[in-house]
Amino acid sequence: MTSGRPPALTLGAVAAVSLIVLAVLLAPWIAPYAEQDFTGGVWEPISAAHWLGTDNLGRDLFTRLVYGGRNTIGVAIVTTAVAVFLGGALGLTAANAGGWIDNVMSRCIDVLLSVPVLISALMVLSVLGSSVPVLMGTIGVLEAARVYVVARSVARNVAVQDFVAVARLRGEGPIWVVFREILPNVLPPLMAETGLRFCFILLFIASLGFLGLGIQPPAADWGSMVRENAQAIYFARYAPLYPAAAIAMLTLGINLSVDWLLGHSNGR
Amino acid sequence: MAADVLCIRNLRVESTTGAVLVDDIDLTLARGEVLGLIGESGAGKSTVGLAALTFGRPGCRIVAGQILIHGQDALTLSARDRRQLRGVRVAYIAQSAAAAFNPAMTLLDQICEGPIRHGLMSRHEARARAIETFRVLELPDPEHFGERYPHQVSGGQLQRAMTAMALSCRPDVLVLDEPTTALDVTTQIEVLAHLKELIALQGTAALYISHDLALVAQIADRILVLRHGKAVESGPARQLLEAPRTDYARALVAERSVASVQSRLPPDTGSEPLLVVDNISVRFGSHEAVRAARFAVGRGETVAVVGESGSGKTTLAMAICGKVGLHGGRVRFQGADLAAGYAGRSREELRRIQLIFQLPEMALNPRQTVARIVARPVEFYFGLRGAAARDRALELLEAVGLDGSLAQRLPGQLSGGQRQRVCIARALAARPDLIICDEVTAALDPLVAEEILKLLQRLQQQLALSFLFITHDLVTVRRIAHRVLVMLRGEIVASGESGEVFASNHPYVERLVAATPEPRIGWLDEVLHERSLIQSPHP
Amino acid sequence: MKRLLLERAGWGLLTLVAISALLFAATNLLPGDVAEALLGQQATPEALHNIRAALGLDQPAWLRYLHWLGGAVHGDFGTSLASGRPVAAQLLPRLGNTLLLAFLAAMISVPLAVGLGVLSAIREGSVLDRLVSVLSLVTISVPEFFVGYILVAVFAVQLGWLPSIALITGGMSFAQRLGAIALPVATLVIVVLAHMLRMTRASLLAVMSAPFIEMAFLKGLSRSTVVVRHALPNAAAPIVAVVALNLGYLIVGVVVIEAVFVYPGAGQLMVDAVSKRDLPLVQACGLVFAATYVVLNTLADMLVIYTNPRLRHAR
Repeated sequence: MTSGRPPALTLGAVAAVSLIVLAVLLAPWIAPYAEQDFTGGVWEPISAAHWLGTDNLGRDLFTRLVYGGRNTIGVAIVTTAVAVFLGGALGLTAANAGGWIDNVMSRCIDVLLSVPVLISALMVLSVLGSSVPVLMGTIGVLEAARVYVVARSVARNVAVQDFVAVARLRGEGPIWVVFREILPNVLPPLMAETGLRFCFILLFIASLGFLGLGIQPPAADWGSMVRENAQAIYFARYAPLYPAAAIAMLTLGINLSVDWLLGHSNGR
Repeated sequence: MAADVLCIRNLRVESTTGAVLVDDIDLTLARGEVLGLIGESGAGKSTVGLAALTFGRPGCRIVAGQILIHGQDALTLSARDRRQLRGVRVAYIAQSAAAAFNPAMTLLDQICEGPIRHGLMSRHEARARAIETFRVLELPDPEHFGERYPHQVSGGQLQRAMTAMALSCRPDVLVLDEPTTALDVTTQIEVLAHLKELIALQGTAALYISHDLALVAQIADRILVLRHGKAVESGPARQLLEAPRTDYARALVAERSVASVQSRLPPDTGSEPLLVVDNISVRFGSHEAVRAARFAVGRGETVAVVGESGSGKTTLAMAICGKVGLHGGRVRFQGADLAAGYAGRSREELRRIQLIFQLPEMALNPRQTVARIVARPVEFYFGLRGAAARDRALELLEAVGLDGSLAQRLPGQLSGGQRQRVCIARALAARPDLIICDEVTAALDPLVAEEILKLLQRLQQQLALSFLFITHDLVTVRRIAHRVLVMLRGEIVASGESGEVFASNHPYVERLVAATPEPRIGWLDEVLHERSLIQSPHP
Repeated sequence: MKRLLLERAGWGLLTLVAISALLFAATNLLPGDVAEALLGQQATPEALHNIRAALGLDQPAWLRYLHWLGGAVHGDFGTSLASGRPVAAQLLPRLGNTLLLAFLAAMISVPLAVGLGVLSAIREGSVLDRLVSVLSLVTISVPEFFVGYILVAVFAVQLGWLPSIALITGGMSFAQRLGAIALPVATLVIVVLAHMLRMTRASLLAVMSAPFIEMAFLKGLSRSTVVVRHALPNAAAPIVAVVALNLGYLIVGVVVIEAVFVYPGAGQLMVDAVSKRDLPLVQACGLVFAATYVVLNTLADMLVIYTNPRLRHAR
């Protein structure tokens, strides 16, 4: 693949992502109303007062959308950070240590991976409830297992290279070897993995919200907004599609960007 | 000419990014003739070989020229017709047999696939022909050999199976792409003999691609030398070897000929040997990789360790530098015992023995600049920092013949030879007494390798360095070693001064020496005649 | 090879047991007193004590686990906290509905995915391939409920061809049933198809870059012959793994789809149970879903071992 200007599709993707992120960051300034205000009738159509209409309780949809984005994306970002740091650190440790440490860790992670994320999450949520810290912790740990697998695999490939052996034979300590020799070579694929993980996590949190088990009302959340406004579809009002579309655009944008980045960097 | 089976004119192949891979190549092959295609890596030999099948690898296109097979330009044919030529008129033998076979199909299925799919033979006929070819190639149990899967047969057998596959459609031209490069020297002879016999028997024309001039001279009638995608010289094999016209060809011939090597004066080693290896053995599970190895290396001396794959020479080197543990025996350095594993050695002990690997692209961290790589040992062992370390790094780069402007580059931006020089500079940075070189020139082109060897010799004279030189190439050994150890299956079977060892009576050493190709016409025939493998084809 | 197969099966069984223990631990040992959660903050100590005895919470954890596991193996998952009825009686009919949905979706999507994947790989770089690539990327990037509601908006609301809610009642004929579940099945198919398609295509293209494939071309074979006779048999193992992975994914995707179409399946049951903190029901549902996933993956791994030519025909 020849490097150079990215195709129009990728540029569009990056633009869409930036737009959404910007809108969400500037929520308090661009939202015409406050997050919880009731300002109109139920499921009113698009108008000057309500740029996307109102929701099932008469709140401005646009306001709910931008604030919802803050909550959903915010939780997703923190969760992703937890997953990547935890999974990455464990994966690197396992790859560098090798031997029985690696074996034990990987077997444990294997068991954790044997259950689909949704099932494990539901089990924990049924006991601990759906508060934000619980959500971030549970999903963070479960996704960390997936990041572990990738991080370990990449780190192992790097760790067997001769230049790592050279450093070890020189007498360099394990910390130096991990941080100065292995890590810089592991970072690029790990960054790509972070992007993909974020997408999964965002979709997952939104799905949980859709099932009523994610971020709890009255806080705005893209997933639960779809749930709250679902009935509108039957009346040909497309209120639930706006938050759903927002999720779709963001995830799609990131996927396209990462896809191009991967193809671009491999071709070097 | 009417008798020509293959005629390539003005061939030009470019990559999809526009880089020129080969340009203005002409060659002709008459029936039964063997043309040797010589060149270093990147010269374009494989590209020309594949072009003879009108095939370009992904990312390559044939943009100009004619490929005349029996007088008809294959490039003007439709894609379908060109497919009919491949494997039928022109067949390809790849470098690695293991990579050429589908692991999920039996050998017979794959060998018969060509003739059946091209509608040349029935299944019955194809099978019969395959079995007959197995017989000629001396494969075990020819009737049932084809029922095996690729992973069930040995490397040498697989190589012969690949030859059978190429010959299945009775092609007019065989393209052999480095068929013996991956094999040990002693196996090489057998395969080469088989190929020569088959070519003579079937009257096939052949294009023999290699970087080893001495080897190609044994089988080729004419030779074409390529460099950077262009033809440098061509002519009858004898003329190229005995009276090359261009400097490049001359250099290639000289590199391989042992006669041009000066004998090495024994160094002044002094009384105390630097390294003493005392009866060490290394085990991996139940397999004994090194057994009862005993030798010494003096100051300023180069000791070469020679052996084929599986001889244990690399394991020996790993044991000395502490990368693998010892099962028995000990290693003494400058009078003191060394701990078996590197973790148990002091920084000083580690500093004095340095290691250079075979593949420079794996030995250099792709995310560190050259300056960083070379300066690190200086910081680590001598505590120099900042500008002082940087200056020392530049000094070292200069000492290995690299320009200071390369200091800020990443390894990926350097050539193979430059990278290996960086590895040498890194080793020198520690001011070691002993450098262990593990096949350091095996992955380099012959002329580049020669430069590296000269560099190492120069450094040895300047700094009184000792080298433990692991290699499989006897010509290299004669060039640079004072003493030689020959290893076979984990044991040292011969040791002493180079001249003595090579004249030794030990059967394996004799075979090894005899199997090393010399750039002389008829060398192969002599060797085989001595072994009575085949009758000399000359009356 | 037999040894490897037995090992894998054994490991699968071990994983099942480990997961059952994990699930049990998750719901019974985490902080958050179940009794309090059920009765609220106002509960009297007496009421709490009674509930704890009724739930058997006064016994040691490992004993409770064994009781539960023993019952589960016999099909007795205990009693639902919310409804007071046996869990199994509630779960079984719902499970049947979910399996119907999953089965239909699998039947349609697997052959489509493998077929399209192979076609895409044969015509790599063509318009078809690029279209397939982009469409599948879009589909996997969007949430399942988005796809579901789009389908509802188009086919149920605008066109009125199909019902928007998959209401299944006992007295329905088979044809009526099919009509009711057409949209949920279609949504599931679209979602799973996209994942499977991408992975099949990727596996096949990975095999296509192997050196023996180049050799096959150099023998003069056509592209379709090379893909079908040489690449596909070697891609069989990764494709089987992909299909198994996605069947497991199907199990999970079903949960969201059931919510979109208000389909009376096991997924909906589990979600309700979670929001009502009905632990025995949650445990049972979790175990069933997890077990199905583990069994599918184990079977897939065993199939991969079985079809590996190096292991089938040892030296």
